[in-house]
Amino acid sequence: MGAADLDPAARARYGTDFLREVEERVEEGQWVKMCMQCGVCAGSCPFGPHWEHSPQKIFMMIRAGEREAVLRSDAMWMCTSCYNCVVRCPRKLPITQIMHGLASYAERLGLAPKMQPTRRWSLLFWHNCTRTGRVNELRLTLGLYFMGGFVAGLKKAWAMRRIGFGLLRAGRLNPFELLRGHECRDKAGIRRMLAKAYELEAKRRGFTN
Amino acid sequence: MEKKRAYAFYPGCSSQLRASASNYLVSVQTMCRYLDVKLTPIPDWNCCGASIGYAGSGELARHVMNARNFALAERHLPGQDIVATCAACWLGARETKEKLDASAQLLADTNEALREAGLRYQGRAEVRHMVEVLIEDLGYEGLAQPVVKPLEGIKFAGYVGCQTNRPFGIAGESFENPMYLDRLVETLGGEALPRYEQKVTCCGGALAFSEPEKSQKQIRQIVEAAYDAGADMIVTPCPLCQANVEIYQDEINRREGTRFAIPVTYYSQLMAVAYGATPKEAGLDGHLIAPKKLHEIAVKVVPAQKG
Repeated sequence: MGAADLDPAARARYGTDFLREVEERVEEGQWVKMCMQCGVCAGSCPFGPHWEHSPQKIFMMIRAGEREAVLRSDAMWMCTSCYNCVVRCPRKLPITQIMHGLASYAERLGLAPKMQPTRRWSLLFWHNCTRTGRVNELRLTLGLYFMGGFVAGLKKAWAMRRIGFGLLRAGRLNPFELLRGHECRDKAGIRRMLAKAYELEAKRRGFTN
Repeated sequence: MEKKRAYAFYPGCSSQLRASASNYLVSVQTMCRYLDVKLTPIPDWNCCGASIGYAGSGELARHVMNARNFALAERHLPGQDIVATCAACWLGARETKEKLDASAQLLADTNEALREAGLRYQGRAEVRHMVEVLIEDLGYEGLAQPVVKPLEGIKFAGYVGCQTNRPFGIAGESFENPMYLDRLVETLGGEALPRYEQKVTCCGGALAFSEPEKSQKQIRQIVEAAYDAGADMIVTPCPLCQANVEIYQDEINRREGTRFAIPVTYYSQLMAVAYGATPKEAGLDGHLIAPKKLHEIAVKVVPAQKG
């Protein structure tokens, strides 16, 4: 038995050993087995009440081989990157990075919950900032508002108009960013360098998709 | 004459002209002028990917983005420490620096990718936060010297937030109760409120956009505790904390019937004002909730200075 979302080589390599899959294919995954289930991470998380599974639970589920439940969980996508769990963990697990790594891995396999708002926000952000090398804040924000369609976007933009005009008056929002925002000169170089980075990471981790 | 301190400046995306923390940039430049600190932007610097880009970035691409800035700094500003003012830029860059220093494989892969952009990271550039430069290179005494307008009579809730504090933090400070912001306020003659309870609470960070209700619950706690402590305003070192805690107060008011209107300022604005800058030079015109008390001090005429 093996996961249908894996290529045959990975399926043969990992079988039902999800812990090994995480150790080899998820950023900082080698730390997962060090968790001693104390629960400090769960109690330290600002979004704790909103998770489906706390990091503590996720780590135990990985060891129990609950592959689908882990990779389809919305838990990783609730991480605010506050690093509270990281500095409090008695075993010094880089929990924030593991959560990001799991989220990124679930996304790669197409198992991440599609409509999870932070999943979409995260992808939008990365595409926004790597397109020209710098974030275009206006396009980023409007991109988020209009994610649910044109009408929903207009409604959202209208609801947020006070903040928008406030920022505009304060000189902290540039309407011309819609046409052209801040960007790096060597956009082409950045694109080439990132393509190489994706290629190398896939090679090291054995990704084929 | 003492040699001028010079740094390779990494302002970050939010600290650009008419970006969301443009007044942070203005106040940092003013502050540095008074402190005789020379900041030279890293030529053609790029985004760090922030903490929120993880779903698309994976691991190596994120490090490569940061390493490009290091390589540019090494090439164009050799020997200068890289100084970031944004919490996320600093955290991302420092994390990359530590990872690349620790792994020959990761460093080799990073340089293979950088070669596509004609660059190479040699592992020389140091990555620091502006607050580290202030405290470690200039020291509290040095920061007190240019004060001509002590911030007397203003009570500041020092909101340190997350990413300037964890996981790296400022050397010698605790994660649970860092004191440097309070000390900085006192150095400038203001009144610190060391018992402010939400000093290191998360504002929701980038999830203020994708999970507004959950984040605004955090922001409400941060603001409420500042009022409870008797604060006139909040001061923070983080551009995202500043934006989140300031701009959503009005939303919270309309939804929950509160009457929040507490200004949220940067440490650099406090310093600029205390050193004699005009409101504009201190970026005080860049707020949705005007820091009136700071403005009053900034427009006050000071008696003729010595020398």
